[in-house]
Amino acid sequence: MLELILLFLVVGAGTGGELCVSHAMKTLGEVHDFRPAALMQFARRAARVGSMWAGIGLMTLAFFSLLAMLSMENVSFVVPVTALSYAAGAIGAAMFLRERISRQRWLGVLVVCLGVTLVWLSRR
Amino acid sequence: MKNSAGLHLKTYLFLLFIVLFAPLGNVLLSKGMKGVGPAKGWEPRGLFHVLSGVFASGYIWLGIGCLLAFFLAYMLVLTWADYSYVQPASSVSYAVVAILGLLLLGEKVNLLRWSGIGVICLGVFIVGHTHPRTTEKT
Repeated sequence: MLELILLFLVVGAGTGGELCVSHAMKTLGEVHDFRPAALMQFARRAARVGSMWAGIGLMTLAFFSLLAMLSMENVSFVVPVTALSYAAGAIGAAMFLRERISRQRWLGVLVVCLGVTLVWLSRR
Repeated sequence: MKNSAGLHLKTYLFLLFIVLFAPLGNVLLSKGMKGVGPAKGWEPRGLFHVLSGVFASGYIWLGIGCLLAFFLAYMLVLTWADYSYVQPASSVSYAVVAILGLLLLGEKVNLLRWSGIGVICLGVFIVGHTHPRTTEKT
């Protein structure tokens, strides 16, 4: 039961955090200059976006949940089952980021989820 | 589309960073957490003991370093590529993490788990043949 709660936190908070960060990065625009000074300036601009901080908070929660799972199970099991976030991510991207997800991309996400199911079954 | 080849090349380069740093970071975290051990309960003293073990572990700090490198690459790639493209494409790291778990941590990975990872990679292949950006440039 504890592992299921932790998995929910890893997937839910992790995906929510990534969506928030993705929203913030899209607000900031594409990076063209990769010099350290320009990247630092970009980081300062990013720090002024609210959804960036919400994303970092959620991802921190997901990170500590992942650490708790890793203390109980093998990494070759824990990391693949967290790919459940693919379904949540695709739905969230379509709903909140207005990304147009093609039928082919949905198929890919579905196949990835099938793989995650097999990994889950391999635990028994 | 204009600059399409350049966009794909740049995207694949950053995806390479993502699939190397994320699995290595997770393997190091796993090594560190196996040393710390699971929390025995929700009492503040027990949780404090686990947290002190986490912050005192060199493996965990190395893992965090790798994950920060992954996070930087991930954030940068999200400025031009769709989240729904980057997230599935980065799932190659699931295969890499199992290989590293087997080689570095001596984990037993059975046939069903390898099959699941293979199916995940097939999903990645399908997603990889869609265009990285479906939204208008802001």
